Amino acid sequence: MTLLVGSVQLGLIYGMLALGIYISFRILNIPDLTADGSFTLGLSVSAAMTIAGHPLLGILLAIIAGAIAGAITGLLQTKLEIHPILAGIITMSSLYSINLYILGSRSNLSLIGSKSIFNQEEWLFLNKQVLGTLIPLIFCFLTLIILIWFFKTHLGLCIRATGDNEEMVRASSINVDAMKIVAVAISNACIGLSGAVLAQYQGYADISSGIGIMVVGLASAIIGEAIFGRRSLTMGLFSAILGSLIYRFIIAAALKSNIFPAYMLRVVSAFIVVFALSIPIIKKHLEFRRMRKKAGQNA
Amino acid sequence: MLEVINARKIFLAGTPNEHVALDNISFTLSEGEFVTLIGSNGAGKSTLFNAIGGTFWLNSGKILLHGEDITYMPEHHRASMIGRLFQNPAKGTAPNMTIEENLALAYNRKLRKGLRIGVHREDVKLFREKLAMLDMGLENRLKTKVGLLSGGQRQAVALLMATLGKPRLLLLDEHTAALDPAAAEKVMQITKDIVNQENITTMMITHNIQSALETGSRTIMMDRGKIILDITGKDRDNLTVGRLMELYSQQSKDIVVSDRMLLNR
Ligand SMILES: Nc1ncnc2c1ncn2[C@@H]1O[C@H](COP(=O)(O)OP(=O)(O)O)[C@@H](O)[C@H]1O
Ligand SMILES: [Mg+2]
Repeated sequence: MTLLVGSVQLGLIYGMLALGIYISFRILNIPDLTADGSFTLGLSVSAAMTIAGHPLLGILLAIIAGAIAGAITGLLQTKLEIHPILAGIITMSSLYSINLYILGSRSNLSLIGSKSIFNQEEWLFLNKQVLGTLIPLIFCFLTLIILIWFFKTHLGLCIRATGDNEEMVRASSINVDAMKIVAVAISNACIGLSGAVLAQYQGYADISSGIGIMVVGLASAIIGEAIFGRRSLTMGLFSAILGSLIYRFIIAAALKSNIFPAYMLRVVSAFIVVFALSIPIIKKHLEFRRMRKKAGQNA
Repeated sequence: MLEVINARKIFLAGTPNEHVALDNISFTLSEGEFVTLIGSNGAGKSTLFNAIGGTFWLNSGKILLHGEDITYMPEHHRASMIGRLFQNPAKGTAPNMTIEENLALAYNRKLRKGLRIGVHREDVKLFREKLAMLDMGLENRLKTKVGLLSGGQRQAVALLMATLGKPRLLLLDEHTAALDPAAAEKVMQITKDIVNQENITTMMITHNIQSALETGSRTIMMDRGKIILDITGKDRDNLTVGRLMELYSQQSKDIVVSDRMLLNR
């Protein structure tokens, strides 16, 4: 039972990460590797501000910091025409130093003894487990609602069109570069938020939390898509969160049954991503073999 | 309304493959004119459109639209004044977005609505009316993804998108060439209707000389980066395809002759 509850809680927190990844990979159609840095940035900012006594402000600042990190990657991609993957790596690696700075040159910052959004006295009439589920649920739900609304606005439509047919957008009066910068910023704002909530949830920030997190987010988004499809954008965003929940259940179940040790998590994520990405090829091969067999029977 | 003055475009300048695609072209369009543009492959017709539309900049020369110098205006700035359509229907629409989202995108682009809702209720009524005019049944499929439509339907939607914002100039680059004959004819008819109704100044590239002479009010022929024929009014009415071909081979022979003369010198 605690396993299930824990998975739901983590699934919701990482669901915001999956939303961010979904925006860059699926809506904008650009692979963005800033995530590893902006996730830890969110953790660090949130942890440092919690220790300073401003947990809620910390979450807000983490969102803004994530957006700025994303905007920088976007600027590198568009104004300097650096390859999107390289642009993300550049931002991500420089964020490592910045995150260390925020954590006070430590690789780990504990929040024990500080008041986070998860242990405010006035809310403690609520059961701790309930609070631990309710807060991620609220954040995740709000993010989802805001994103669904945003991608229905004119600006949102312009961003979707940029990802769908960049050439067309270039030939219309929409500023493609601006659209990409805004989209990458929003994506990383979500990722920063995910890290920020996680820091206060688990009670510490670690400089290495972000390593490989992009693959985790991508795995969630892909799982969601594989199961629930991408008929509409709203459905796509929703399925990213559901994918994150399923991903956590799979991981929790596998860890529980000792299929693999905890440190193998990233390998498992990588396998899930590779498997999910290869489904179209596998389908093609199966189709081809079926056709060949049929042709052989008819001959 | 559109003035192109001494436009010169050189591709791969300074390399052995240097190619003068526009060779000091000049012409003027007046308000509401519908010009058809013809010429052999590689004559520089698309290059001319790209220069006017701002895909790239001229090496020298000037382009004025409504008296405003747009020679070095960024593409997305002049795009609100110039509607464009290409041969490939996929180029003009976003496949994973619905018909109404595509139309809203084009309709709102001038208004810069930002965070206001993209597909507005009132606008949908207008979209429905416009789509009904196409007579393709698309007015009942507003929420269909454009990628699911046929080539002709997509091109018709793209044409609506290019003209919804009432552009000052419409550039059509062989926009029916990739369609099957029936769809091509349909899209051509829609084009004429919209251009007439909205009175948009239009240039249309076509490889169908017959349709070039039947459509619009003026025909320009290009060859090797130059305008070799510019004809309107009675002269044009009396022109037949055969006579035009004769004129063409005459003109291009002259150029070949003059080139040879240059080489022999
Ligand atoms: N981007 C480019 N780079 C180099 N050469 C080009 C480019 N675009 C067009 N050209 C060349 O310029 C000439 C004119 O091309 P274009 O305007 O497309 O002809 P068309 O009249 O058939 O539309 C052709 O020889 C073509 O190869
Ligand atoms: Mg061409």
